[in-house]
Amino acid sequence: MRAHLPILPLLISLTGALVIPLVGFAWRRLCWPLAVAAAGAASAAAIAGVGEVVARGARRYPVGGWAPPWGIELVLDPLSAFSAAAVATVATCALLASGPGATRAYGMALPAFYSLALIALTGFLGIIASGDMFNVFVFLEIAAIATYGLVASAGGPALAAAFRYIVLGTVGASFYLFGVGCLYALTGTLNMADLSARLPATSASPLLVGGIAFAGVGLAIKMGLFPLHGWLPDAYTHAPAPITAFIAGVGTKAAAYAMARTMLYVVHRPDLPVTTALAWAGGVAIIAGGVMAARQSDARRLLAYSSVSQLGYIAVGIGLANEAGLAGAYLHLLNHAVMKALLFVAVGAALLRGGRPWLPALGLDRTMPLTAACVVVGALSIVGVPPAGGFFSKWYLIRGALDAGEPLLVAALLAGGLLAVVYMYRLTEAVWIGGAAQGAGGREAPASVLACLVLLAGLTIAAGLASATLVDTILVPAARGAL
Amino acid sequence: MPVSSVLPVLALLPSALAVPLIVLSRRRPALRETWSVLAAVSQTLIVMAMVPVVLSGVAPISRPLSLAPGIPLELRADAAGVFFALVASTLWILTTIYSIGYTRAERERRQTRYFAAFAVCLFATVGIALAGNLLTFYVFYELLTVGGYPLVIHRETPEAVRAGRVYLAYTLGGGVALLAAVAWTVALAGHGTFTAGGFLSASGASPVVLWVLGVLFVVGCGVKAAILPLHTWLPLAMVAPTPVSALLHAVAVVKAGVFGLVRVTGFVFGADLLADLGAGRALAWLAAATIVLASLAALAQDNLKRLLAFSTIGQLSYVVLGVALGPRDAFTGGVMHMASHALMKITLFFCAGAIAATAHLDRVSQLTGIGRRMPLTMGAFALAAFMLAGLPPGAGFVSKWLLLLGGLEASAWVGVAALLASTLLNIAYFAPIVVRAWMPAASPGVVAEAPATMLVPLLVTALAALAVGVAPDALAPLLTLARAAAGGP
Amino acid sequence: MNYPYWVAVALLMLGLYTMIAHRNLMKKVIGMTIFQTAIILFFLVLATKREAALPIVPPGAVDPRAFMNPLPHALMLTAIVVMVATTGVALAILIRLHALYGTLEEDVLAERMAQPEAGVAPPP
Repeated sequence: MRAHLPILPLLISLTGALVIPLVGFAWRRLCWPLAVAAAGAASAAAIAGVGEVVARGARRYPVGGWAPPWGIELVLDPLSAFSAAAVATVATCALLASGPGATRAYGMALPAFYSLALIALTGFLGIIASGDMFNVFVFLEIAAIATYGLVASAGGPALAAAFRYIVLGTVGASFYLFGVGCLYALTGTLNMADLSARLPATSASPLLVGGIAFAGVGLAIKMGLFPLHGWLPDAYTHAPAPITAFIAGVGTKAAAYAMARTMLYVVHRPDLPVTTALAWAGGVAIIAGGVMAARQSDARRLLAYSSVSQLGYIAVGIGLANEAGLAGAYLHLLNHAVMKALLFVAVGAALLRGGRPWLPALGLDRTMPLTAACVVVGALSIVGVPPAGGFFSKWYLIRGALDAGEPLLVAALLAGGLLAVVYMYRLTEAVWIGGAAQGAGGREAPASVLACLVLLAGLTIAAGLASATLVDTILVPAARGAL
Repeated sequence: MPVSSVLPVLALLPSALAVPLIVLSRRRPALRETWSVLAAVSQTLIVMAMVPVVLSGVAPISRPLSLAPGIPLELRADAAGVFFALVASTLWILTTIYSIGYTRAERERRQTRYFAAFAVCLFATVGIALAGNLLTFYVFYELLTVGGYPLVIHRETPEAVRAGRVYLAYTLGGGVALLAAVAWTVALAGHGTFTAGGFLSASGASPVVLWVLGVLFVVGCGVKAAILPLHTWLPLAMVAPTPVSALLHAVAVVKAGVFGLVRVTGFVFGADLLADLGAGRALAWLAAATIVLASLAALAQDNLKRLLAFSTIGQLSYVVLGVALGPRDAFTGGVMHMASHALMKITLFFCAGAIAATAHLDRVSQLTGIGRRMPLTMGAFALAAFMLAGLPPGAGFVSKWLLLLGGLEASAWVGVAALLASTLLNIAYFAPIVVRAWMPAASPGVVAEAPATMLVPLLVTALAALAVGVAPDALAPLLTLARAAAGGP
Repeated sequence: MNYPYWVAVALLMLGLYTMIAHRNLMKKVIGMTIFQTAIILFFLVLATKREAALPIVPPGAVDPRAFMNPLPHALMLTAIVVMVATTGVALAILIRLHALYGTLEEDVLAERMAQPEAGVAPPP
């Protein structure tokens, strides 16, 4: 079993995706528990993978026994193990919270819903585990198609949002494919390790630069990096509430992982302005996303633009390409997934109890105090107040920017914090002091939703307090692999 | 001499445990209040246990976990830290007792949130006091910001919400500046551990860089320390219930700000570096300006709590002046003033709250004859005001004398002038209140003091301030600790 | 000359333009198909060689250099499947959109969607 750890998480979630329709059409009530169980088992496997990497070092896994570079290979190294664990854990929590809302909204289509969700999870885990460039494309599209379906399933405005997502997402994936094609034309291989060895170290031929550029732009679209984030706000706003936390928390992280993997580990070209472009795009994203978020009055759209801003942090970290910066970026993969999922689940809980997503109508304090408290924890994490996790990723990013001698990026990081104060304050004030008369009323959120909220809030604080350990044992080795 | 010990972490435990206990006891007010008092008392006892240890030259250190590679969450009990922790903890006991009376008299709602937030603030304050390095300090400093917010907006009126918004904007904005300063310092010097005499001079950074760092630190800490022009949030925050204003805005939050400046000037930069850069002189000028301008502003206030707020702004800059000037006496005076001002100001706030709760008056112009109706309260008020002006014997005189000595030694004529002017201005804005209180009122009321839970704490603090003035080390070795803080570990 | 590559790039640009510039959603889908096909063509052109045979290995000794590169063909089979699936989802969405709003023109659709649904309060 231990030998198969690299493939286990995605195999488990794929199996779940296939089993749920079979079982679910007969016993519909089993769909949700099965989905959570599958995601949970995948998380367990992913976390075991982390332990494996820490204890025994990185591992390559040829699928089907076909040796690379002809066969497709999966990689279990510090970065992929950590990212897989982060993604799977947040996905489990998000799926845990989805039950009440999904059951109410989907009725007969519930098996299809959970099957799609698990297919999406398989896609994300596949992106992370993959050691082959084309394989990343395949899993990118697996995840994307499932996500398109999930977003569209809300009907109405969600259909238009999903269509826009399809168009832009396809452009992104196709650009990535085109870039991979260029790199393949140059080296004749698709295996990541082989590719990084064979790519010319010094030439700047148009094919090489073009390939890198296309792949980079494609992944940037998938990642939601400003200004290629056009699909993100609508998709997050109109997606069905039960699944938004999953999509928002997890989706872009897998693409960010792919960006880091491609630009740092495969394409080792410090002389090309790849990382510089990423860092500056990230800096602009932080500010632009923050400013846009501050102007929103729909809570979901506010959180969507906040995601754009926070993804800018990750892009800055990748772009800094030094130990502290990368540690901060990778840590933020985890932290942002957790805190964004937390906030979306909380908003979903308010909607479940009859609230409306407009800020003035979101008041939760009287009837849903635990939910409101968890919103505060999430808000503190996004703003970057210790001991919540968000502070620590910001700390490493700022240290990375200082080490690299980039005062403007430091200023952008700090300004992002200030902007986060503005929009998170608006959200938190609406939750605590907002009009309870129009807002969510009645009872506290359902038990599973509350459990998810408390878990994620606890994870935020735990990730913060344990960040030094995480950085020391996993993230710095991961960063060193790129430098 | 640093020694690994569990005491510093132990000092954090009572308030940490109190928070969940208070929340869980929300349906039983008596139990809830008991937890608060118990936590305050046990915290004070633990801090007091550290005092003789520290005075003997040993510094207990706890490093419970790692915040970042190479930077532990370090809690070190040194003279300055124990001094601040002691003041905050003892006053927490009195404020809790006072709060019980006040919230009952005013029939405040959301008392669970109130007492829980108080516990969070005291947790953060002890953490700030005992922080051994910059990152630990920052963590607790931001936690204090967060903990103070529910207390500012407690009454949830539109003014309270607005005050809360301003409070957050200023404190979180200052927090960003502080984060930049902390991160940069750690990047420059390789560590952020507080060292007596400062550690930045060894980092080899250029004067320009050090100046920018200094400005960032002053902005970061200066918001809570209410240095002009970052003081705006404090008068607005007076909308909070009086015990909040008393403890937080006279003792915990604002003292955390000036304590931050104590640490920055004494333990990050160091007096020598500040003198070399000329930054000490600049900070002293800023403090002097704050002292005078805030005292002038206090003259114009009719709302009693706002007057006290501006008085606080001015008095806080005594501390800043002291640590900026350089000579040991000035530093000692500044640190000592943290305690003496706390005692005197808390008395004044307690009196204001007692008057508001019993006679339902909050404006100076309404206080005619109040002294005859509430003689003990106004007596304490008069005593505290007298001492705040810096007249002997009084706690205010002790610190002011040391500040003047230090100012003369450093030839800081502006500072000395500001201190003397402030004495006169203090008398100018307090005397009318005291005189008016004993004038015959239009409709004399019957003698009706505040309930005992409010009256006893304010008498205790007033008498304590007097005791400290007469014999500074009588109640607790405050002056000794302050001298030790200035003189080295 | 590298005519095939130029054709592929031209188709790429055509598809991209159609996706962006046309307002009819169906035409966007068509543009998307053209766009993806162009990339598939690019890969296939990569695989060809002058006078190469189809990559079906006859019995006996073989010289691999006489055959086309089969790998891009295999990759593109996957890519075609992805394209078909994506187009399928897009078309399903278009059917649903048309059923709900009666139009596939982007601007008219935006207008009809902006009309408040019953019971949903618009933002102040």
